[in-house]
Amino acid sequence: MGQALNPDHTPYHPKWYRRRIPIFWWLSKRGYVKFITRELTSPFVVYAVLLLLVQVGALARGQPAYQRVEDWLGRGPVVAWHAFVLAALVFHSVTWLNLAPSALVLRLRGARVPDGVIRAAHFGAWAACSAMLGWLLLGRV
Amino acid sequence: MSDSVTIEVRRYRPEQESEPCWESFEVPFRREWMVLDALNYIKDHLDGTLSYRWSCRMGVCGSCGMLVNGEPLLTCATYLEGLMPGPIRVEPLNGFPVVRDLIGDLGDFLEKLERVKPWIVREEERDVSEGEYLQTPEQLAAYKSYAMCINCMLCYSACPIYELEPHFIGPAVIALAQRYNFDSRDEGVEERMDVISQQDGIWSCTFVGECSTVCPKNVDPAGAIQRYKVRATADFMKSMVMPWAKR
Amino acid sequence: MDTSAYDILVVGGGGAGLRAAIAVAEAHPQLRVAVLSKVYPMRSHTVSAEGGAAAVIKSVDSLEAHAYDTISGGDWLCDQDAVEAFVDEAPAEMLRLEHWGCPWSREPDGHVAVRPFGGMKNQRTWFAADKTGFHLLHALFQTSLKYESIVRYDEWFVTKLLVDDGVCGGVVAIELGTGKVAHFLAKAVILATGGAGKIYPFTTNAAIKTGDGMSLAYHAGVALKDMEFVQYHPTGLPFTGILITEAARAEGGWLLNKDGYRYLQDYDLGEPTPEPVLRSMELGPRDRLSQAFVKEREQGRTIETEHGDVVYLDIRHLGKKKIDAKIPFVRELCLKYQSLDPVERMIPVRPVVHYMMGGVHTDLAGATPLPGLYAAGEVACVSINGANRLGSNSLTELLVFGARAGAAAAEYALERGNPPAKLRAGARDEERRLRRKFLEKTDGNERVADLRTEMQATMEAGAGIYRDRAGLEATAEKLGELQDRIGDIAPDDRSLTFNTELISWLELCCMLDVAESVIGSGLARRESRGAHQRTDHPQRDDESYLAHSLAYRSNGNGARIEYLPVTVTRWPPGERVYGR
Repeated sequence: MGQALNPDHTPYHPKWYRRRIPIFWWLSKRGYVKFITRELTSPFVVYAVLLLLVQVGALARGQPAYQRVEDWLGRGPVVAWHAFVLAALVFHSVTWLNLAPSALVLRLRGARVPDGVIRAAHFGAWAACSAMLGWLLLGRV
Repeated sequence: MSDSVTIEVRRYRPEQESEPCWESFEVPFRREWMVLDALNYIKDHLDGTLSYRWSCRMGVCGSCGMLVNGEPLLTCATYLEGLMPGPIRVEPLNGFPVVRDLIGDLGDFLEKLERVKPWIVREEERDVSEGEYLQTPEQLAAYKSYAMCINCMLCYSACPIYELEPHFIGPAVIALAQRYNFDSRDEGVEERMDVISQQDGIWSCTFVGECSTVCPKNVDPAGAIQRYKVRATADFMKSMVMPWAKR
Repeated sequence: MDTSAYDILVVGGGGAGLRAAIAVAEAHPQLRVAVLSKVYPMRSHTVSAEGGAAAVIKSVDSLEAHAYDTISGGDWLCDQDAVEAFVDEAPAEMLRLEHWGCPWSREPDGHVAVRPFGGMKNQRTWFAADKTGFHLLHALFQTSLKYESIVRYDEWFVTKLLVDDGVCGGVVAIELGTGKVAHFLAKAVILATGGAGKIYPFTTNAAIKTGDGMSLAYHAGVALKDMEFVQYHPTGLPFTGILITEAARAEGGWLLNKDGYRYLQDYDLGEPTPEPVLRSMELGPRDRLSQAFVKEREQGRTIETEHGDVVYLDIRHLGKKKIDAKIPFVRELCLKYQSLDPVERMIPVRPVVHYMMGGVHTDLAGATPLPGLYAAGEVACVSINGANRLGSNSLTELLVFGARAGAAAAEYALERGNPPAKLRAGARDEERRLRRKFLEKTDGNERVADLRTEMQATMEAGAGIYRDRAGLEATAEKLGELQDRIGDIAPDDRSLTFNTELISWLELCCMLDVAESVIGSGLARRESRGAHQRTDHPQRDDESYLAHSLAYRSNGNGARIEYLPVTVTRWPPGERVYGR
């Protein structure tokens, strides 16, 4: 009954097949690659925070300590490394802020506030904060 | 345009083989044909053993979801023309155990769906003699998109978490829970929270976002999940800061 | 072999089946209900319905008006007591669905909105945008998950009703995923398997609409009533047959021939006006509109396309805003399946088989003459639709008669003892039959798909919008030939696991039964009424034919036809007047 050539098969109890997920499953689609890249840039956020703490800590220990940190930051390979870190941070921030409209659904006068407006508000707030910090840190030099 | 196209189908016949295999068919190309028409041609004229699900052929019943060239699509709504010159690869959706050929078992989805109580939950139900619950068009719009889910399971196939973490309840289930959460007639948000706001629920989701990308009805399950995360977090904060405020 | 004992079995998990199961579960939670469906319930064809569901809620409307519209729309073949009960219970059923979450479209003040629809004198069609069936089915399915007493058997195909001593006591079914054959014994069985549009080649219906329940009842000796009345919906897309809802006309769409002329004015359907007028022109009844198309085609005034002749449905003047608000799915379907935007271009349409007015003979409670067997929905014929159904009455019918059949079956089940054990012998016979004739068949010369195509072609030729004796007899002969050849099918697929070729084969057997009853009833009815138009008998003949045809299976000689008079209460047969 039925062409049962597979010795593992028991009549009326078919074996369901579940595929083995390939290790590089995330390379198969652009959407997955973007996602994994976004996730992989998260440690760089941690790094940036730690770097800031190192700078603040050095500042607390006095001018010579702070100068040593500044010297280290100025070295060629370190600058190159931090350019890469900056790129990762920007990528992470941009992808994160782009997702804001998904989580924030606002209704105004009966209609849904368009995604573009929510995104613009978030990027605008980012730009405003950066401008303010920039003025604080660089404007008073 | 050529007048035929090769369809490569992932076959699986548990009585004959322990692993799926590929089989190729030459099918006539017609401009108005969808991938489903090609599969029907194979079944009717070339190989009657090809098994797959289909029904409405107009994109509303959700039966015919399959992977076409690796993308989860409704085969009744995908023109062959856009996939030419071929060969066109057709496989069953990811994430579900394959029963036979292009057919996966959806029991897991149905079991998880029941858990979130996808129905109107109310303390006191109204009798029909009292008429309808009033619901303005704005209130209807608040949940309408989540109510458009046709249960086609393309989102489950696109979600890597669902396949990697088998306990994850998945995008459509959460979207359907939100459909009721946002329905002004429902009072069941608290009851559903226990199921949704936990590891197998929203917290397994890492916002890959592919579910919303592949959804043929613009349900935006990813959005439903992220909105719930915001709400669950806000509720948690509130209960920490103002524990007496709990109803 | 498995055996399971439930109190009530529901065969079919669409609108009517789920409503029946919920009716039992709500009234009698101690009764165990099993719903057997050959597809997951949300795939049922209820999901494709678009336009709306009718029920009287406006104060300017009345139950009498709804009843009169239905009865006149049905060309006086409706049982008026059934129609009165139907219109009476419709509003409560629709409100029940609203309470269960159905997202009905609303007025600005929050009340449920209604729209005009074909053949209706007042606006009474409730709608959920233009995906009413989809929202209705999902609301019913999700609500059914609440009840512990409802157990579902998804993807099980019922092949036979078990009958002992003139009483129905269960079914035999195949589990698609495993090939296992099991019997279910129960005190009552409710058929809710839908219609049979797939006996025709060009239909709005899904692949699953193969008349399975009609065939089950037919084989159990129950009559199929009014089978000759097959509704052609006037507006289907030319190649696919996909439905363009009547709502497009209700919102103000026009039907134009190749000269851009609103041709319906030539067919006693009223005068053309810019705004739609109820019961007039494009809002006339479906049978008259489809017949008008055929007449236009005979005069060479339709447009020839590579997929047959069409006319145009013009909704451009409604404007994008109204289209996106009221009929967004129409726009979606046209963009996807016809590659045109109806906001800018006219939609090519032609009549397409849509609904079976006929079905399993039941009374007002959904009970068939076979004790223990009930039916509701498109599979049944009560009859409230008569010779032609009005749009938006069928979704309401699912709810009203689904609930009635559920209630009646529950009452019956409470009185009955357990079904007799000797039904199992019948079950074993059926399993042997399935094995011998289908699963173990090796030789043969025919293919399921070829026989199905031939059946569909002959039905369109002989039992289309206009019929005559010669055509019907030719089709009857062809169907007889197909019945012989179906025994000679050589299956490609002899597997047990999800063997869809086997299911198609079984469905083809069901379809041939249904086709036979359509032709037999059509030949016997020598008059023209509603959707059954005989060019050789063009007049309506109330003296001889104000009666339902009952088609009984007579073992290979075509159906045996008897007649049952129509129940007339308050509305004596009159002229069907539209547009004046």
